[in-house]
Amino acid sequence: MSLAADLRVIWALGGRAVKQTMRRPQLFAPIIVFPTLLLAIQTGGAGRGVDLPGFPQVNGFLDFILAGAMIQSTLLAANSGGIALAVDIEMGFTDRLLAAPISRYAMVLGRLAGTAVLGAFSAIWFIVIGLIFGAQIDEGVPGAMVMIIFVTLSAVAFGGIGAAVALRTGKASVVQGLFPLVFVILFLSSAFFPANLMLEPAATVAQYNPISFIVEGVRDPVISSLSLNAFAKAIGSIALVGAISVGLSAFALRQRLRMGG
Amino acid sequence: MSVGWRADIEMIAALVRRAANELLRVPGAAIPGVLAPTIFFLGLTSVFGHLTLLPGFDSSSYQSFLIPISLMQGAGFTGAATGVNLARDIEQGWFDRLLVSPAPRSVLLAGLVISASLRSLIPAAVLLVVGFALGVSWPGVGGLVMAVVIVMGMGTLAALWGCALALKFRSQSAAPLMQAGMFVLILTTTAYAPLALLTGWLHTVAKYNPATQIVESARQGFVGGVSWGDTWPGLLALAALMAVLAAFALRGMRRTAY
Repeated sequence: MSLAADLRVIWALGGRAVKQTMRRPQLFAPIIVFPTLLLAIQTGGAGRGVDLPGFPQVNGFLDFILAGAMIQSTLLAANSGGIALAVDIEMGFTDRLLAAPISRYAMVLGRLAGTAVLGAFSAIWFIVIGLIFGAQIDEGVPGAMVMIIFVTLSAVAFGGIGAAVALRTGKASVVQGLFPLVFVILFLSSAFFPANLMLEPAATVAQYNPISFIVEGVRDPVISSLSLNAFAKAIGSIALVGAISVGLSAFALRQRLRMGG
Repeated sequence: MSVGWRADIEMIAALVRRAANELLRVPGAAIPGVLAPTIFFLGLTSVFGHLTLLPGFDSSSYQSFLIPISLMQGAGFTGAATGVNLARDIEQGWFDRLLVSPAPRSVLLAGLVISASLRSLIPAAVLLVVGFALGVSWPGVGGLVMAVVIVMGMGTLAALWGCALALKFRSQSAAPLMQAGMFVLILTTTAYAPLALLTGWLHTVAKYNPATQIVESARQGFVGGVSWGDTWPGLLALAALMAVLAAFALRGMRRTAY
């Protein structure tokens, strides 16, 4: 198989994944509707938290929490992507792909490409929503570009985990069961509140959680000037999560192929 | 008791038994309704626990402040699941068999919502155990009774909402709408902080959202004493919302052809 042919397969499967998500409310709602509602409610509900001693200097709570909403959305997009892949396995669509003369890895990369597009869409959506409702991105357009790139890369990294579970189990209900785990990971990070103002033991966990580093990398251009430290930590965390998740996906795919699809 | 009433009660009891059987045969079905509000309770108290340090926050324990919200969320998820189950029954044709029975449509609806109301006690029990273990204040017998009444009322409310949507869309794909409706109703109240500390649009919405009165009624025992003055507005709001949603659900039932 040539690289051009693989790219065509990834393009086609990525496009299919995006259309599939947009057409099914049960896949689309958790990615955009749910995080948007939570963003609006938490901004109004916990907005006075900025008055607490130790809260970082921000123009408003929306500036702070915007990055958390984006990462929440990408984690849920990854979960939705995993569910859709598991449904493909259950319905026999994956078997048909396996019988086709295409690269096995292009099948998974196609799904991840779709998740990446949804991640980019989510980043743009939340930037627009944020700007409409008064958020200020201190680093301007370059800062917004960095946010979109970080969120898109995160979507691929998280998407690999959803894909790995789908490939390993082949059951949509099992991947669906990861949904609450998304919130456990988020609540144990600085996605919604500064780690130094959280209660123990969550505060300590949040200080070492890679999701915190990713969120802070996305948040940095909004609330301050982009720093090399935050940038490096975010890229490093995305690379770490991505390496683990893509490795797990490759392993799960090999296992599935060995067992006969 | 007339024969008609007895038959109606037997029908309701049969539908409640069917819902209970589902729990016994598929215990995993109850897990999402228990797990989600428990995770939210543990997560939100960890994340926003220091909000109690803000001047004007009327409780020193965020766990005690938040527990009624989690109880209501648990009831909301459980009630909405009744709507999803009804949509599944409609899709699979089982509901058509109920419709050709001589039972009035209102009795069928009563069976569904009563089972949801009872089922909502499961997440409530788990949440209260977790909450008390983590330091939620004992609300007193009056406060606990009030919380249980609100939980069962919210279970009923969510089931009516879920059934109305299931009858309209006749598909399980309406599930996100069933859950989101309850999610919005409960969280656009004084869920995260007292009314005086809410900001922007949420302050205005929470002020007029009838569910705020329900939240405050359920919360009173956990953050202070129970009084009739804090109880009746919640009960009235609950009754009014139930009347409106029952009317919608009954309308859906009557319009459903078999």
